[in-house]
Amino acid sequence: MLAFLVQRISQAFLVMFVISMIAFAIQDGLGDPLQELVGMSVSLEERDAIREDMGLNDPIYVQYARFAGNALQGDLGISYFYGKPTLQVIAEHLPATLELVIGASLIILVFSVPIGVYAAIRPQAFLSKFFMSISTVGISIPVFLTAIVLIQLFSIGVTIELFPTETGWGTWLNGALSTDGGLPSYGRGDELTHLFGTWTSGFFSWDGLWHLVLPCVSLASIMLPLFIRLIRAEMMEVLQSDYIRYARAKGLSSGRINFLHALKNTMLPVITVGGVQLGIMVAYTILTETVFQWPGMGLMFLEAITRSDIPLIVAYLMVVGLVFVITNTIVDLIYGLVNPTVKLTGKKA
Amino acid sequence: MRKLLTAFVGSMALAAAPLALSAEATKELKMAYDADPVTLDIHEQLSGGMLQLSHMTFDPLIRWNKDLGFDARLAESWERVDDKTMRFNLREGVKFHSGNELTTKDVKFTYERLKQSSDFKAIFAPFTGINVIDDYTFELVTAEPYPLLLNTATYIFPMDSEFYSGETEDGQSKAAITKHGSSFASGNLSGTGPYIVTSRQQGVRTEFERFADYWDEASPGNVKKIVLTPIKENNTRVSALLSGGVDFIAPVPPTDLDRIKRDKDTDLVTMSGTRIILFHLNQDRVEAFKNPKVRQAVAYAINQEGIAAKIMKGFATPAAQMSPAGYSGHNESLKPRYDVEKAQQLMKEAGYEDGFTITMMSPNNRYVNDDKIAQAAAAMLARINITVDLKTLPKAQYWPEFDARSGDMMLIGWHADTEDSANFFEFLTFCPNADTGAGQYNAGYYCNPEVDALVAKANVETDREKRAAMLQDAEKQLYDDAAFIPLHWQDLAWASKKNVKLEPILNVMNFPYLGDLVVE
Repeated sequence: MLAFLVQRISQAFLVMFVISMIAFAIQDGLGDPLQELVGMSVSLEERDAIREDMGLNDPIYVQYARFAGNALQGDLGISYFYGKPTLQVIAEHLPATLELVIGASLIILVFSVPIGVYAAIRPQAFLSKFFMSISTVGISIPVFLTAIVLIQLFSIGVTIELFPTETGWGTWLNGALSTDGGLPSYGRGDELTHLFGTWTSGFFSWDGLWHLVLPCVSLASIMLPLFIRLIRAEMMEVLQSDYIRYARAKGLSSGRINFLHALKNTMLPVITVGGVQLGIMVAYTILTETVFQWPGMGLMFLEAITRSDIPLIVAYLMVVGLVFVITNTIVDLIYGLVNPTVKLTGKKA
Repeated sequence: MRKLLTAFVGSMALAAAPLALSAEATKELKMAYDADPVTLDIHEQLSGGMLQLSHMTFDPLIRWNKDLGFDARLAESWERVDDKTMRFNLREGVKFHSGNELTTKDVKFTYERLKQSSDFKAIFAPFTGINVIDDYTFELVTAEPYPLLLNTATYIFPMDSEFYSGETEDGQSKAAITKHGSSFASGNLSGTGPYIVTSRQQGVRTEFERFADYWDEASPGNVKKIVLTPIKENNTRVSALLSGGVDFIAPVPPTDLDRIKRDKDTDLVTMSGTRIILFHLNQDRVEAFKNPKVRQAVAYAINQEGIAAKIMKGFATPAAQMSPAGYSGHNESLKPRYDVEKAQQLMKEAGYEDGFTITMMSPNNRYVNDDKIAQAAAAMLARINITVDLKTLPKAQYWPEFDARSGDMMLIGWHADTEDSANFFEFLTFCPNADTGAGQYNAGYYCNPEVDALVAKANVETDREKRAAMLQDAEKQLYDDAAFIPLHWQDLAWASKKNVKLEPILNVMNFPYLGDLVVE
């Protein structure tokens, strides 16, 4: 166990070292950070003086050595735009992203398991076919389109006047197809609860939860179909296996077979994929956060790129790299809990 | 019973009416811009966003009104003492947010700080000093007679000298202007303006509250609290307004103008702007552009009206010069001159009938539809056999390329900080000179010393009419010479809910005077 963790930590360092090198190497391609810091009419000499002052005129390797020296002491530089230490800026934006991912994960968990299991047990049922076809559509619609449609339907509202209003059925259809809107379309709302440090939470007030609905649904929309299909496929395979047949022959109740014996083995690959997807979800938040002006890390990163805020970009990439390493480590540990026969790498067999 | 109650309420309302006249600030306004203030230090950066913040939290000595004239603000009156000196009388009894009273020492402090600011010092370069006469009288002095003295005075937003003096706990000067990293002034603010910043989370939201001791009691403004949220994504900003999440948005993207017009709960205000969008023709890189006939051919080949109508959806005013209407240098006689046959003939006369190949560069996220404009222009040039190799870049990468002049035709948009024509010439068409900084953004290397001399002469001419005639003549000469290819002035648009009375507080500078905003 200890050897495993040590191995993972050294891996994390290697990952972060490589990421920082790459991020530094591409910074020239990102453009001139000064453009966002000074007005158009500032003279070239003035610009050069500021550049010199910020150390931007030094060769790349000098800049990297300076950065690495500070980084080893836990200082990842100061964001050009925010004028604050990058780690502090990230810490301020992290809670919003985590809450978004948590909300979306909850939606995925609550819907994917029952629907996936049901679709595996009753593959021919109308509902199964319905869910499967919906999930095909869901997986192929890009998340920003889902988000825009959701905003139009549930924030702004649509009025349908396609059907003749003088007839009863027409009025009814118009009413049924029109939506009122009213759900918040941007930001986290006014009533955030302060938990600790930089963490303010939207989970503890109606206003906060209300603001979470659309972003979480959009973010979940891309992953939910994937998980439904995964759980269904795995479950169907497990249901064919010998021990399930044996359990049936033994006369166990179908609820016990399906949810205790079969589901447990189904979840193994789902957890692996889930861990990787959780990391990918952090990447998807960039799109979701942009559409909903969600003040999280994704939006912050995208804006940092347009502003060529290099210290912030480097720090963000390193933090995300760390998140990936951590989630993968946790996944491996959970794996051992679910299936004790699995050996962790680094542990003697 | 109900009637009785209504009557009672009615009489209460009547009794309350005289109070309501003194503009009790009670309303709340939620607004969304595409960006929020970069800093609270109004001298750290010269940009539209910072000036918008300045007008909310500070007051200038004088400010522009809708007709490009001046309104007295903290300066009650002003008079010319001689050619180089202007005397201002300061309003008495004006309080800063900190409670300190405004006197000339604050103006002097602000003037000196402006001279230190890398972004503002160029604007204040013509000034040589400030003479404090007494607590409420001072003079601004320039080296030469300076016709734009009042224009520049709109940039003086007196800062609270006591508040910004001394040292912070960690030994930094409170007056320091820091470009990189934080300073006292970038996080703390004390001005004389209608709003106090009560909370600020950069990039997320800024909250303002009306200043109880605001000096301008005649202001009709009745908004007590303003919440500013930056929403960068155009679609989200419009959605936020249509869904009722915010009351006021700016800017409105041209693609959504119709959507907002159709919505019965919102108002749209548009205005012809002052930012010119143009192409430079680089004579250093392309030999043919040295020939005025070729430049004229390009000018005749570009259809400004077509671009304004089709690509900008009518959200731009086609231009044939740099100065927009209302500026002293605006020459009414100059019109867009689209004529392909004429262009082809000019190419033939110049000996380039078979055309040539050039490169063109444009940003793709800086101006409204900038990359599409460049594509259209490239297609138009194909008709006179000029083959264009177009490259569009995000703004952060575009400006370094622009500074290196790496394209044969480069697109740029320019807004004159002084709200005056001469500024266009100085930055865009003056003969480039690294020592004086003239022609800093002249990516065409066009050089016409006669025009430069004419503009320089206009810059010391204090007679408005004579000066205007000179600048208009300069525009005409550049037009005849096809020194550059003007496209259009980008329009401005704001949108709000019906109960927000936007129109009276808006102006062509894009500084909404939110202190005077009335919400019903």
